Amino acid sequence: MSKRKLKDSPMPIGECISQVQTLLRERLCHQQLPQRPEGVDSQHKHLMELLKRTAVHGESNSVLIIGPRGTGKTQLLRCVLAELLAEEDVDKTLLQVHLNGLLQTDDRIALKEITRQLSLENVVGDQVFGSFAENLAFLLEALKKGDRSSSRPVLFILDEFDLFAHHKNQTLLYNLLDVSQSAQTPVAVVGLTCRLDVLELLEKRVKSRFSHRQIHLLPSLSFSQYLQAVQAQLHLPDTTFPDTTFCYDWNASLKALCEDKSVEAVLLRHFNSTKDFRSLHRLLMAILCRVSVNNPTIKPADLLDASRLLSADAMTNVLHGLSILELCLVIAMKHLNDIYDGEPFNLQMVYNEFKRFLQRKSNSLYNFELPVVMKAFEHLQQLEVVRPVDAAAAVAARAQREYQLVRLMLDHSQIMEALQKYPQCPTDVKQWAASAFG
Amino acid sequence: MTASLQHPGYDPERLLCVAEKMPCRVSQAGTLLSLMGEPAQYSYPSIFLYGHRSTGKSHVINTLLMDLELPHATVSCVECVSVGLMFERVLLALFGPDTSTLLPRSPSLSDFVRIYRQQAPLSPANQTRYIVIEKAELLRDMDSNLLPVLVRLQELVDDNVTVILLSEIVWDRFRPNTGCFEPLILYFPDYSKGDLQQILSQDIHPSYSPELYSAFINILLGVFYSVCRDLRELRHLAALNFSKFCEPLKEGKVKESDTHKLWRNIEPHLKKAMQTVYLRDVSSVQWEQQLQQTEEKECAALKGLSAHAHVELPYYSKFLLIAAYLASYNPARTDRRFFLKHHGKIKKTNFLKKHEKTSNHLLGPKPFPLDRLLAIFYSVVDSRVAPSASVFSQISSLVTLQLLTQLGHDDQLDAPKYKCAVALDFIRAISRTVNFDIVKYLYDFL
Repeated sequence: MSKRKLKDSPMPIGECISQVQTLLRERLCHQQLPQRPEGVDSQHKHLMELLKRTAVHGESNSVLIIGPRGTGKTQLLRCVLAELLAEEDVDKTLLQVHLNGLLQTDDRIALKEITRQLSLENVVGDQVFGSFAENLAFLLEALKKGDRSSSRPVLFILDEFDLFAHHKNQTLLYNLLDVSQSAQTPVAVVGLTCRLDVLELLEKRVKSRFSHRQIHLLPSLSFSQYLQAVQAQLHLPDTTFPDTTFCYDWNASLKALCEDKSVEAVLLRHFNSTKDFRSLHRLLMAILCRVSVNNPTIKPADLLDASRLLSADAMTNVLHGLSILELCLVIAMKHLNDIYDGEPFNLQMVYNEFKRFLQRKSNSLYNFELPVVMKAFEHLQQLEVVRPVDAAAAVAARAQREYQLVRLMLDHSQIMEALQKYPQCPTDVKQWAASAFG
Repeated sequence: MTASLQHPGYDPERLLCVAEKMPCRVSQAGTLLSLMGEPAQYSYPSIFLYGHRSTGKSHVINTLLMDLELPHATVSCVECVSVGLMFERVLLALFGPDTSTLLPRSPSLSDFVRIYRQQAPLSPANQTRYIVIEKAELLRDMDSNLLPVLVRLQELVDDNVTVILLSEIVWDRFRPNTGCFEPLILYFPDYSKGDLQQILSQDIHPSYSPELYSAFINILLGVFYSVCRDLRELRHLAALNFSKFCEPLKEGKVKESDTHKLWRNIEPHLKKAMQTVYLRDVSSVQWEQQLQQTEEKECAALKGLSAHAHVELPYYSKFLLIAAYLASYNPARTDRRFFLKHHGKIKKTNFLKKHEKTSNHLLGPKPFPLDRLLAIFYSVVDSRVAPSASVFSQISSLVTLQLLTQLGHDDQLDAPKYKCAVALDFIRAISRTVNFDIVKYLYDFL
């Protein structure tokens, strides 16, 4: 495919690539909205109905959208909103308030944000910065004055809903849900969360005011659908893309790619580890980076490379960069772990183990003194390869550094794998690591 | 990956210039560039870069952003002790000086995002904005929401912005409980020995040939490579020791080509440097003075920080400390044998219990009550000592000197427990001054 030069194309290849990058990057990074989210038709319908009842008929509702990270909760909501706003009247009457549990960390900030987003600041005047109670009273008053028929419906969207449940007394949630229960201004409270046990976090009085409508978004893709999703994400639209020849070639090569056996194996591995879209986007982004003028189509090798890049074990990488002395200490710790069955140890014990190795096996090539070893040990501690058992107590008791108890944060296989990859690892160190009894 | 840096979005000549500034890091820079894409294109919301200390993470990123003139803000978490400071710096660098005054006095994340959203359309982005955060491992100790907000900042502010996190620690140790947006993870591999040699050989001394310097670097790496791979540390050591290396050349004893003799001359020096300058026991100024001095007082003059560790204590304080050391490192069962006159003969093997096979000098000091300390104290001091206020105040002043540590601060008067926090060498030196043979009384050395 790649050999085929596009001499008769109206655009030079560099520009085509640039177009492809722009288009696909917007799709992968900026979470551009699709026409219609796939595989969630019933949820889409449910949410659409619900919001429409609030927006058009003035009914108050509350709903929670629950699903693991990267399953398209925000996307679903945005799609529904975009569709809803496309309808007549709705965009003029519906007021939206977007809150995020990460940003609005307490009720005071959230309240200010609500006032701001409802553009009530000019009404309140300088009262925006009045006391919390005044602000809340004013807002409730404003919401209470309205009724079903005359006032404009308000849509509250609470992203990271579980974080709002950690606010003091859950005042905000209580008040919002209370308004949604009583015949006041029509409001819809939509919460998005990734915690399945979010209802357990709510206080009893808050819980009783919640309508217990939940929309679950669980990844239900089969592998063939996953493959299709990969293709759809990288697909170029033949109607809007300026260069039709390039577009045709790209799509054809994409199809050929997805039928490749090695590619399928890699994707299957990804599919088995996680089904969320974000990780898929990450993979595709890593692939897309390799597309350039010299390499205008995606080849299976690109995919293999990208997948290797993303699935590399970080700890093995870190071990690869250690000096010989630090590696020896890690091996000594591994032996201590084996002998004492995972009990925590201190530097003195590690040093002792290391010295025993030097006495018996090595020709005193690495004869280092305790302070040098301590420096290496502290470097390991900085990299969090070892961790103090009780950091707070150690600081409080001002324990001597060589007697501070630590634990190794690696497992057996990681150490052995790193040793295999270590450049110019001395043979005696390798043998020492392999021998079971130090 | 090709050896030279190239990307369609940027001027090739400028890229060539940039590539020269980062030896051995061109392929990493290429990967980064391809991730960043052309200036106008969207880039991934957050990128997490990890790698060992001084593998050029900040250098590569900052050179790229600086030389390609992309809008960016670089903040270090060490300097930003509060989130407010960090926000102020980011806004200052991205939108100019007047915006940071818009922040309220103790800004919340919400304020930051709101002001960012206000300002972004005013100075519209036709280029991706970058926020580089160095020492990102400290983010974990700051506001718990800060990290999740930063990694999904692009979505929250709805602007073409990319957050780049730099850290020594792997991403697995960062992830919050409820998860967050996962950044794209990139690894900066460590420099190999050849890379280090190449980079270090670049800073040449003007009066000597580059071959000589490179030979010196070779010897230096031969000594230090097994202990240290930190480029900065190695460069510092090279700068300190090069004058010593050139000494025989100056005096005319050796020619430049005779590397073996030069090696014989410098090697013991480098070995000593590992125990002194490398540990910062001797400061580099002291070390340089040392090298300039003549060789006769070489050994005596070199007194590092650790040589000053011996403190002069009063007579009873010395014995109190000795008693504390004995109480910490001996099991209480053996006190009878050591400190009573008529104890009968017991061999060590007789009271060796199963769990005590490992010595206490391996496990560290054990806590002991005040009564035991005083009992041992009275038996090791020859004269009769009254339990006066001064003895007790000496104990508490030993605690203030951090030679003893008090455990469990709940009970100050009634049966406090202590631990001895000095090393064996230290206590040996002290007992020598009062003619007390401490090794005879230590269970571990029986």
